Amino acid sequence: MGNKLINIYRFASPQAFYPLAGKMIPWFWTLAAIFGIAGLYIGFLVAPTDAQQGEGYRIIFLHVPASWLSMFIYLVMAFWAGLGLGFNFRLSGMMASALAPTGALFAFLSLWTGALWGKPMWGTWWVWDARLTSELILLFLYVGFIALQSSIDDPRRADKAGAILALVGVVNIPIIYFSVKWWNTLHQGSSVSLTKSPSMAVTMLWGMLLCALGCWMYSIAVALMRVRSIMLERERHTDWVRAELAEPGEHAGQE
Amino acid sequence: MYWNSFSEFMAMGNHGVYVWGSVGVMAILMLLEPVLLIQSRKNLIARLKRQFRAERSDANTDRKTSPQR
Repeated sequence: MGNKLINIYRFASPQAFYPLAGKMIPWFWTLAAIFGIAGLYIGFLVAPTDAQQGEGYRIIFLHVPASWLSMFIYLVMAFWAGLGLGFNFRLSGMMASALAPTGALFAFLSLWTGALWGKPMWGTWWVWDARLTSELILLFLYVGFIALQSSIDDPRRADKAGAILALVGVVNIPIIYFSVKWWNTLHQGSSVSLTKSPSMAVTMLWGMLLCALGCWMYSIAVALMRVRSIMLERERHTDWVRAELAEPGEHAGQE
Repeated sequence: MYWNSFSEFMAMGNHGVYVWGSVGVMAILMLLEPVLLIQSRKNLIARLKRQFRAERSDANTDRKTSPQR
């Protein structure tokens, strides 16, 4: 067990995590492509039409994964931010910063695909109901987190300020998730629920789950790419970054 | 395969604009993000390498000049 702890701490250092992340990125891209193509194939070419919504329902294969990821990435980001606040791991703040733009992207895509789905089904692009408004607040939380961090020069202080914002904002996630239950909204109820069997055809469900997995793998790949750049930037005064960027044929420590 | 023809697929039962508008924007943004990341990473590495090289040459001239002091 002692060994395991040491290993965790070893990979919690940017120096050890940097090459590991580099090795993992192509694998996550491969998985993202496999899941994404399979999910889109099922969703757009195999799945039958929806009895109520016609073909417009196919937006579900983009909208639900984007929405799930926008919420899930926020939780992961807040988890890393909280870890950084509590234990001061160097890696934590970098991970949180690396996740925010991708989370913002998915929050935007959730709103965008939702608007394009709402127009033909509800007759309006947008309503100020609980689900839509809380998702918009999520986008603002991401944007606020990014803006706050970039407004503070000292990365350590930026991490701390961002972490507090991220942790306070966590309240919003259950509000989004349960909004369709708590309030009477225009937005339809969950398509997939943990407690009862899904209210949709099995083919559709598979298409949606595969698309969501694809988006998940994409998020990991992109976040790892971004965190590697953040590591180089923030640790540029360290020997390991110098060694990493040393021209071929020269020694890192050479003067 | 669910569709009978390609044009039927593109029409999406008169919801083509909405479906393809969603697919298009999502595809563009999800391609753009990694492309921008690769680009900014290249710029960052070039900048850091320049900086390290400048520091090294500074250090070398310092060492050469210091005994004459």
